[in-house]
This record gives sequence, structure tokens and C-alpha cells, in this order.
Amino acid sequence: MERIPILRMGEFLLVTIQVDMHDQLALKLQDDLSHAIQKNATQGVLIDISTLEMVDSFIGRMVADISGIGRILGAETVLVGMQPAVAITLVELGLALPGVATALNVERGMALLRRKIDGAESNADSTTG
Amino acid sequence: MADATMSNVLKKSGKEILAAWARDLASSQAASKGRISAAELNQQAGEFIELLSTASEHARGADITGGDFKPIRDFLDGVSRSRVQQGFSSDETAMFIFSLKKPFFAALRSDAGKDADALADQVWKATELLDALGLHTVKAYQKSREEVINRQQREMLELSTPVVKLWDGILAIPMIGTLDSARTQVVMETLLNKVVETGAQIAILDITGVPTVDTLVAQHLLKTVTALRLMGAECIISGVRPQIAQTIVHLGVDLQGVTTKANLADALALALKRTGSSLKN
Amino acid sequence: MPTAPQGESPLRSEHDIVLARQTVRKLTQELGFSLVDQTKMVTAASELARNAYTHGRGGTLCWQIVERDARRGLKLRFADEGPGIPNMDLALTDGWTSGNGLGMGLSGARRLVNDFEIDSKVGAGTRVTITRWK
Repeated sequence: MERIPILRMGEFLLVTIQVDMHDQLALKLQDDLSHAIQKNATQGVLIDISTLEMVDSFIGRMVADISGIGRILGAETVLVGMQPAVAITLVELGLALPGVATALNVERGMALLRRKIDGAESNADSTTG
Repeated sequence: MADATMSNVLKKSGKEILAAWARDLASSQAASKGRISAAELNQQAGEFIELLSTASEHARGADITGGDFKPIRDFLDGVSRSRVQQGFSSDETAMFIFSLKKPFFAALRSDAGKDADALADQVWKATELLDALGLHTVKAYQKSREEVINRQQREMLELSTPVVKLWDGILAIPMIGTLDSARTQVVMETLLNKVVETGAQIAILDITGVPTVDTLVAQHLLKTVTALRLMGAECIISGVRPQIAQTIVHLGVDLQGVTTKANLADALALALKRTGSSLKN
Repeated sequence: MPTAPQGESPLRSEHDIVLARQTVRKLTQELGFSLVDQTKMVTAASELARNAYTHGRGGTLCWQIVERDARRGLKLRFADEGPGIPNMDLALTDGWTSGNGLGMGLSGARRLVNDFEIDSKVGAGTRVTITRWK
């Protein structure tokens, strides 16, 4: 069965979604990621959707779920690289993904993860952006 | 069953009809003020007669929606579009079709000979068909005109929603005038694309020039704010006057954690702090 | 024009949903829709195709390139033979909120298109028709 690869990016995990996913593949990703977070004891996950030309409510929900699951397992998640047309469409669709942190690209995403983790460690409030 | 008389007449006497029609068109040429060349006009006339002679084999009264009429409809769409660009009016454009009636009916008359009933029948069929094609041309003309106007409006909207780079990583968009749904779409597209282009971290939406903020305007603002956030950029709303602050509270609008500032300067200072830059006084 | 003006494809597996998206993407591109409009239509199609497959227990997508007043558009019809929708008002509840994604398919899809029609009877399936004009 095909799966979306999960890579190690420094101390974090990176998932690059490039294919037009069918629902089962998305659920498999969620499962694989949960295990990978635990196995690597990682504190941060980056989901790169910069080549994704469409995000619908299923994928949106999957990302929100991954974020929630990750948090329970001790990892922060950042969604990076959403394309403008996709952002405009998601907003019109009514999906704001409030619990999901976002960043413009992988580099910014990693900086954000660093800040969140450092912030959490020094017990400051965590913020988005 | 479709009657092929019109088609046959067009095929048989096509040359004569075209010649007569071209003469009539040439005299209207004087009125066209050189907007279109005689050569182009004649070429269009010839092509129209050819397409008409094929399509009219399947003529069914005034119904030109069928697949048999697609080539001629497409041709007329093209003619309308170029007439719009050449500055003709819609009736001048429609006259192109209607002026074919005279030479066409003349040909139908010689074909019908002494048979008055047959002639009346064919003239009616030809009238129905040409009227339908003429109407289609007018509709196509109007659509082309609308497209031109929409494009010009969009360009004006874009011009009046300039995205300004205030500093590294900080964009500002001063919104002037009412914020309606069309405007919001343009703002969102322009701004979001600029964010990607410049890699901006913060976008300042300045609403000093927005006269009223009601629930709808607030919703449009929130859409923009949300779209920015989904892409990973932060938003600051500046130019929030006391009345607007009151409206926002009274309407119970949830700004979802977006910082607001009374003026652009304050917003910029905050943005600089957040991006880690600073301006010494 | 390279594409035939209409066609049909099944919605009986998850791969069919992916294929439906690709078909709609191709069609909207050929019709010259802007990138945002393409994305809106493809996303709406994804929502409705999924509805037909998951809630509707399988169905069909019929697409058609339509013309109205010299304007061209894409019309999509999603039909399933599922249980039908018992409470239409609830299903179409418009809520522009940061929702959890549940039951968002219909009201969300409606905002992404120009024309939206729905016909559903309990026990007799659901048919949703959407159109986007250029």
C-alpha cells in the first residue's frame, strides 16, 4: 500500500504532501505519524502542503486531528505553505482550522516550532504565529 | 423534417448573394469610419454565408441551440468580440446579420419562381433563422462588453487596493471605500499572492478609509484575516476608529485574536517589534 | 474544443473521488477558469463526491459544459441511491464559523459555486447539481 513518507528534519519530523490523497491514504498518514512521533519522541511535526492545489474538509479535518493527536503525544504541529487559492477556498468553505499552527514555509515553520518548544519549556504562554 | 431549400439556395447562389451583400455592407462602410477594413468585412461575410449554408440544412425554426449550429454560433461570438474591441455598438453589430436579409430574400424569390406560397414559407423560415442569429450576436456582444467592463473594474479595484511593502516582511494594504464581497475577493487574492511573493510575515490591513463597518464588512475582514492566518502570515488591523470599536463590540464580532491599532504608525511599530526589527527614534 | 460537452463517471470507491477531482480540474482549466475559481469548483466537487460515496453509499457524477447567454459554465450533478436527507434545513445550515468539518459538505460547497440545487427524499437518494460560470 502506498504511503506518504515521513522524514526527519533535524529534531523534527517533516511530511510533504504532494499527491492527490484519497481518504484511506490520509488516514494511514495520521496513523503513521502518531507512531513516528512516539517512536522518535519528537517534539515537532511539519506538514508541508506547498504543492497541494486543493484541500477539502476531509484533509482539513485530518490536519486538525494530527495536530490534536500530536499535542497529546507531546509534539507541536505546524502546517506550512498553504497556497493562496487554497486558503481563499478553505475560508469560503468555512474551515478556519483554529487549533492548527501555520507558517509560510518549512524554514519559518521550524523557527516557530523552536519558539513554541522553548516557550513551553520556560512555561510562557504559547501563541500562534 | 428539416427543409433544405434555404441551404440549397445559399449553396447555389452563394456567390451572387455575397456580392450583393458585400455591396450593401460597403455602403455602410462609409458609416463605419474605418473601424473595420473592407477586406475583413468581406471575409466575415463570406465565412458567414458558408457556415449558414451548412447549418441551415438542419434549421428548426428559431432554435439555434443545437450542435449543428455550434460552428456558426462560435463564429458569431468571435465577430461580436472583435466588434466590441473595434468600438461598434450592439445594433451596428446586429445589422451585419440583418443586412443579409435583402440579398438572401432576393435569391429565395428567384428560386421560388411563381410559387407565392413557397416563397412566403421560405422567407418566414429565413427570417426566423436570421433573427435568432442576430439575437445571439447581440447577446454575445453584451457578454463581451461585460467582460471588458469587468476587467476594467477589476483593474481599478486592484489599483485602489495597492499592497505596499513597509519594511522587510511587513506589508500594508490601505483599504479605501466600501468593503463588499467583490472587493474582498480582489483584496484577498492580491494580498495573499504578495505575501507569497515577498515572504512577508505580517500584513497590516488599514481600514481608515472604510466608511462603515457592519456585520457584513466585519465578515469580509475576518475572511481576509483567516486566509492570511492559514497561510502562516499574521495580521494587524489599523485605522480602527472609536465608532468602529463600538460597532465591533455591539455586534459581538469575534476578532479571533487579531490585534487592532488606532493608526498605521502604531501598527507598524508593533509589526516591527514582532518581526524583530526596530526603528530607533 | 478538445473535450466533449458532457460525460459521466462513477463514485463507487475512494479512487473515484480522486478521479472526480482530476476530471473537474481538467475541465475548469479547459474552460479557462481563474485559479481560485478552479480550486473552488474542484473542492466543491470533492465534498459532494465524498458525500455521495460515504453517506450515499455510492453514486454517479454527471458533468456537462453548459452555455447561457453566450456564457460558458461547468455543471456537475452528483446522484446517489443512498438513504436521502431527513432534515434538509439542518443539512444546509449556513454557518461561517471555524467548524469541526462535520456535515460541512453541503453548506460549504454551496458557497463555492454560483448555482446550487438539491433534491433528496428519504429512501430515494440525493441529487445535488452545482454550476460555476466563467
